[in-house]
Amino acid sequence: MAKVVAVTGNEACANALRQVNPDVCGIYPITPQTDMMQRYASFISDGKVDTEAILVESEHSSMSACIGAAAAGGRVITATSSQGLALMWEMLFIAAGDRLPIIMPVVNRALSAPLNIHGDHSDAMGARDTGWIQIWSENAQEAYDNTIQAFRIGEHMDIRLPVMVCQDGFIISHSIERMEYLEDKEVKDFVGPYKNFLPLLDLEKPKSYGPLILTDLYHEYKRAQHEVMTKVSAVTLEVAKEFEKLSGRKYGLFETYRLEDAEVAIVILNSAAGTTKDVIDDFRAKGIKAGLLKPRLFRPFPYTEIADALKHTKAVCVMDRADSFGGYGPLFMEVSSALYQADSRPLMMNKIYGLGGRDYLPSHAAQVITELDSIAKSGSVKTVKEYIGVRE
Amino acid sequence: MKPKGWKDLPPGSVVLEGGSAAKFKTGSWRAFRPVWKEENCIHCLFCWIYCPDMSVTVKDGKRGEFNYDYCKGCGICALECPGKKGQKAIEMVEEGK
Repeated sequence: MAKVVAVTGNEACANALRQVNPDVCGIYPITPQTDMMQRYASFISDGKVDTEAILVESEHSSMSACIGAAAAGGRVITATSSQGLALMWEMLFIAAGDRLPIIMPVVNRALSAPLNIHGDHSDAMGARDTGWIQIWSENAQEAYDNTIQAFRIGEHMDIRLPVMVCQDGFIISHSIERMEYLEDKEVKDFVGPYKNFLPLLDLEKPKSYGPLILTDLYHEYKRAQHEVMTKVSAVTLEVAKEFEKLSGRKYGLFETYRLEDAEVAIVILNSAAGTTKDVIDDFRAKGIKAGLLKPRLFRPFPYTEIADALKHTKAVCVMDRADSFGGYGPLFMEVSSALYQADSRPLMMNKIYGLGGRDYLPSHAAQVITELDSIAKSGSVKTVKEYIGVRE
Repeated sequence: MKPKGWKDLPPGSVVLEGGSAAKFKTGSWRAFRPVWKEENCIHCLFCWIYCPDMSVTVKDGKRGEFNYDYCKGCGICALECPGKKGQKAIEMVEEGK
């Protein structure tokens, strides 16, 4: 039986991790994630889990400890945000290259400078190319559900890759929402016991992690790593199907909202999707056929599926809560790459919104849909990339 | 031997056997070669202990010749060698000389 609760995103994720009860957890505090690992540390102190906590001196060490523990043969977790994720950067590639299914909630926060602790997606977007699977979550319920599913996806014997589960800092991590917990036993049964794969502690079969591979084989190893990523979408859908049977909640590679017959569409990640859906309803009531696509799996990016879902529209705005200075926003780059391969494609624009936790308001969504409507009618885009909600 | 293709590789570049460093000969990295002078050797085996690879051979408790297949020429053995009466038993000589 599901239990209805009012909790923050951090509390929801901490409880998902408690229900899984992994072997090892690397812990280092950083706002806005701190509260999640603090709660998890309490679960350890209170004997609710028997996880070995490794208290480290930095996120670089945290990820290093996680890599060691995962290579040894443990089920391993950690969590981070912003500068912490940035500090982990070189170790992230090693976790993925060594095929270690470490599960890491990432509470998205802006990067310095200037110093800012609030929600934006610059941190996880910066880790886009590290070889980690990335799953994004709109609210506390999704962050909880995605965390549980991440174990099944990352630990799948055909995958064995680390997974980041993203949620918006403060907006989700610190806001209390209504959501449903699964029973501890249901989660335990769903995730199942940890299956080892090439553990270092199997002393009968000695092995080495992290060898030197030069020009003779490195290129082949990267090709093999890419191949694993191509299998992730199918596994994600398979796990989602099973999760739906358990929870009644349906997940895909992305969510669409009133998109099937839409003429204009917004593509947007995480919490801002909720606000956008409300505004779409307002415009639908006025007779403007607006819709939404919210990516869930960002790495690997489901190019074909997203192109298929959007190609019938006349105009699309991809909204990024992160910027690539001197380039387009990271989500825009992916969606336009996806649509370029389609036989027909909409006009496209890119709006940068909400950096450093700047509020994304219904009026912003309304401004974008109004502009999309006029682009659809005129057939031309004036400016491809623009900041919205910014003071002149 | 046909070189391995990407489908032949073990996942995660994990080396699935022990002691595989023996297959990786690094002697070609060397710029200075350690030369053993048996007459100054007291067979303390410091060189064997300190060698970071496996370039010093030992048989029946006695030091043998260098195995240059693994010697990168780091010179630690020559530095640590106490020698006999102030005369080193290992000397570093520039390769090519």
